Amino acid sequence: MTTGNYSHSLSSAKVRSEFLRLVPISLFVVAFGAAFGLAAVQKGFEPFQALLMSITVFAGASQFAVVDMWGTEVSVLPLIAVVFAINSRHLLMGASLYPMLREMPPGRRYGILLLLTDANWAVSAQEYQRGIRNLEVILGGGLAIWTAWIIGTWLGVYFGGLLREPQSLGLDMVLGCFLLAMALGGNKSPRTLVAWTVAALSSLAAWKWLPPNTHVVVGALAGGAVGFFWQEKKPGSKEPVGAQQEDPHDH
Amino acid sequence: MTIETTMAGTLALIAIITAVTIVTRFGGVFLMSFVTISPRIESFINTMASSVLIAIIVPMAFSGDAGALAALVVTAVIMLATRKPLPAIAAGIAAAGLVRYMDLTSL
Repeated sequence: MTTGNYSHSLSSAKVRSEFLRLVPISLFVVAFGAAFGLAAVQKGFEPFQALLMSITVFAGASQFAVVDMWGTEVSVLPLIAVVFAINSRHLLMGASLYPMLREMPPGRRYGILLLLTDANWAVSAQEYQRGIRNLEVILGGGLAIWTAWIIGTWLGVYFGGLLREPQSLGLDMVLGCFLLAMALGGNKSPRTLVAWTVAALSSLAAWKWLPPNTHVVVGALAGGAVGFFWQEKKPGSKEPVGAQQEDPHDH
Repeated sequence: MTIETTMAGTLALIAIITAVTIVTRFGGVFLMSFVTISPRIESFINTMASSVLIAIIVPMAFSGDAGALAALVVTAVIMLATRKPLPAIAAGIAAAGLVRYMDLTSL
């Protein structure tokens, strides 16, 4: 335990084990990094520029969108708007970790957020629902995914021809399947199922009728509104539900 | 405003994208530091957290091809039946590959 008001500190052994736990999914991230690297050099990026983007941005979907918008000139405001819209889900993901993060000193709190991405967040958020505090997966798991993303980009810019069509092997669905497995492994109270229905319908409506890339935030906020107006009676009720389940993260 | 993708221009654009992405990574936590976490807010963020996953996945299922849909359906069925994520994910990916392979051969 640290001194002061910040009672939460990360265990370095747990950071290592969470790193190893996300190594399997990171192998798929390498394939996607390679697809990004190839797309980037084909659009005119120097290899080191593509690598630099993967190192500093580390947000795959938005990087692909940037490559799509690339030319001899790039309009800055549309670029900012698209990157912000695609990555705006990070705002909600970070906010959902706040009850844990507020117990860390601000430097570390924002430091580990640099590694926040879908997969490590999904693990941490699902464990928090079951009463387990796991910020180590944000750091350790994030390092595994970040490293894989950089290695993948490097492979793609130099040996891009190796994996031209990751889709044909179903590899583009890895993240979707992973996130779905995390969602279904969590607490499924009636309230959660209502929230999911609301989230599903609003995200579809937003995808259909609102500007592109707004559907995740719209759906998530609509689902969250269900929780805002319908509180679970006992705050501890998530523990008994979780206790009956096998550990869904046995990898 | 446009920036030419010369060496300096490209580096400036990468810096801009990086800054925007960091704002999204930090922004939610920063804004939450002004909010008192009442049970109602806690309930909101917990429900919102699992809704993020649904809001990513459902439009993915509707906008994707038959392979994408097969991957998600197979993952869901195996996850609900076994509660083991790795077999569920592996079967989902295999289903996407298989459906797309059959699609190619039927053309």
